[in-house]
Amino acid sequence: MFSDYTQGIMIIACINMIAVLGISVLTGFTRLFSFGNAGFMSIGAYTSALLTAKMGMPFIPAILVGILFAGIAAYLLGSLTLKLKGDYFLITTLGFGEMVRVLFNYIPITGGARGLSGIPKYTTLPIAVICLVLAVIIAWTLIHSKYGRNFTAIREQEIAAESVGIDITRSKKMAFVFSAMFAGWAGALYAHNLMFLSPMMFNLAKSAELTITVVIGGLGSLTGSIFGSLVVTLLPEIFRSLANYRMFLYGLAVVLIIILRPAGLFGYREFSIRKSIAFVKAAPGTITALLKGKSSKDKMEARK
Amino acid sequence: MFLQQLVNGISVGGIYALIASGYALIYSLLGFSNWAHGEVAMLGAYVALLFTASLQLPFIAAAIIGIGGAAIISFLNERLAYRRIRENKAPTMFLMIAAMGLSIVFQNGSMLLFGAKFQKFPPIMPVSSISIGSVHVGVLDLLTLAVAAVALIVLEIVITKTKFGLGIRAIASNTATAGLLGINTNKMFALVFAIAGALAGMAGVLLGLKYNVYPTMGNIGLKAFIASVFGGLGSVRGAIVGAIVIGVTEVMVSGYLSSGLRDLITFALLIIILLIKPSGLMGVSVEEKA
Repeated sequence: MFSDYTQGIMIIACINMIAVLGISVLTGFTRLFSFGNAGFMSIGAYTSALLTAKMGMPFIPAILVGILFAGIAAYLLGSLTLKLKGDYFLITTLGFGEMVRVLFNYIPITGGARGLSGIPKYTTLPIAVICLVLAVIIAWTLIHSKYGRNFTAIREQEIAAESVGIDITRSKKMAFVFSAMFAGWAGALYAHNLMFLSPMMFNLAKSAELTITVVIGGLGSLTGSIFGSLVVTLLPEIFRSLANYRMFLYGLAVVLIIILRPAGLFGYREFSIRKSIAFVKAAPGTITALLKGKSSKDKMEARK
Repeated sequence: MFLQQLVNGISVGGIYALIASGYALIYSLLGFSNWAHGEVAMLGAYVALLFTASLQLPFIAAAIIGIGGAAIISFLNERLAYRRIRENKAPTMFLMIAAMGLSIVFQNGSMLLFGAKFQKFPPIMPVSSISIGSVHVGVLDLLTLAVAAVALIVLEIVITKTKFGLGIRAIASNTATAGLLGINTNKMFALVFAIAGALAGMAGVLLGLKYNVYPTMGNIGLKAFIASVFGGLGSVRGAIVGAIVIGVTEVMVSGYLSSGLRDLITFALLIIILLIKPSGLMGVSVEEKA
C-alpha cells in the first residue's frame, strides 16, 4: 500500500508517539520533568534486542521483558529521587540517562560503542500501529481514571493535593514508572525496526527532544502530544532539502512557540471531532467576533 | 604525577566554575537553569577567534572582545526571550525549555556559520609547561587558574560588598519585595545576565585555548550545570566548590581509572550527593509555599 520509505517514516512516527505519550503523562499531567527517558528507551531496546538476537526469544515476550526492565529501573530510581524538588529531580534523571549510556558504551555484552547488530526485523507497520493504538488507549484510560485525576491535582497545586489526601510520592512514582515503561516499549520497537543499536542513539538530545515535543504539542493534552510528535517527525522529512537547517529551525520553533503560544499548539484541550465540526460551523460567528476586537488575548485573560 | 593531575583538575574546575557561577547567579534571581549558558561560552570563544584570526588583533584585545560579545549575547537572550516569557506570566519551567531551544539554535547556527571543524587559537605562550622539581605544570593551566580565581574573587566582592550586590541578594531573596523597595528588577536581571555572559565568555576563550573551538564545545555547560546543582542551586559559592570538586574528580578518574568511566562516576557522585543532601552542598532548602 505504501512505499518502503513512507512505511519507514510511519513506523518511526508511531514509535516516537509511544515514547512521547509516556512523557505527556509525566510532564503534561503530573508536571514532573525527566531528561532520562532516552535512558529508559535504551534499556527497553537493549533488553529486548539481546533476548531476540542472542537467545531467540519471540518478539512479544521480548518487548514485555524490555518494558518490565525499564519500569523496574524507573521504580528503583524514583524510590530514591522522587522526594527531590524541581530541578534537583530533573538533574538526577539526566544523570541516570547519561549513566546508562556510558554504561552501555562500556560493558561488552551490548557491543559497546561499536553497537549491537544482527537484531531481527520484527517491527512492521501493522505492529507499530497496533502498539500505538494500544498505547493511546492505555494512556487515555489512565488519565481519565482516579489516578489520572490525582496526577492533574499534583500538577495544579502540589500542597493542596497533598492536603486532600493524595499520596504525592506514590502518584509521582506511578507517573514516572509509566513514562519509563512507555519509553521502554518504544525502545523495543525501535531496536527491531532499525536492527542496529548504539548507545549514542539514546543521548541527552533524544531525551530533550521527547520533552520538547510534549511542550510543543501542549502540556496537558494527549492528542496535542501526538500531534506534536507528528510535526517533529514529519516536518524534517518534508523539508529534506533544508536538512542542514533542520535543527536550527527546530530550536527556533521551540523558542517562538514558548514566547508566542505558551500553552503549546493544543493547550489543555483535547482534539475532538464533534467540537471541530461545531467550531467550523461557528467559524463565521467567531470571525466577526474577532473583527469586533475581541482578541484571543482578552479571552485568555478572562479565563484566568 | 599526582600534583600535576591536581593542578590540571583545579584548572579544569576553574573553567567549570566560571560557567557554573553564571548558572547559580541566574538561578538565584529567576529560579530556572539557563541551559543556553554553555553556548554563550562557545559563542564568546568564536567571537575572540574571529578577531584574532581575521583581524590579526593581539590575543588580549580579541579575548576582551570575545568576553564582551558573550556578555551582549547573554543580555540579548534575557531581553528578547526570557523577559517576554516572564511577562507572559508563564511557569518558570518554560524559561528552561526556551533556554534549551536557544541552546539548539546557537549550536546549530554556529555549525552553519563556522562549520563543524575544530579551530585553534594561534599559540600565545612561548613555553607550554614549566617544571618545579619533578612536577611539570602547564603554563596554560596556571593562567586559567589565575584568571578564573581573579574573576571569581571579583564576583564574590561585588556580590557581598557593593550596593549592586546588595540589590542582587535582595532580588534573590524576594523579587516582588525588592521591586517594591525601588530596585529596578528588569535592569538588574539584564546586568546579571551580562555579567554571567562575560564570565562564560571568559571560560569559552580559556577552553578554546586549552583544547579547540568547535560548535558543540558548549556541551561543557552541562558539566557546569551539574557543578551548580552539586553545590546547591542558586549558591554562587556552592557552584564554585562544586565545579572544583567535579574538575578534580574527572581528571583523577581519567588519570587513574579510565576515561570511559569519567562521566559515569561524575553522575553517580552527583546522585549520591543529592540523596544525602537534597539541596546540594551549600544550597538553602526553601520550604515550598502554597
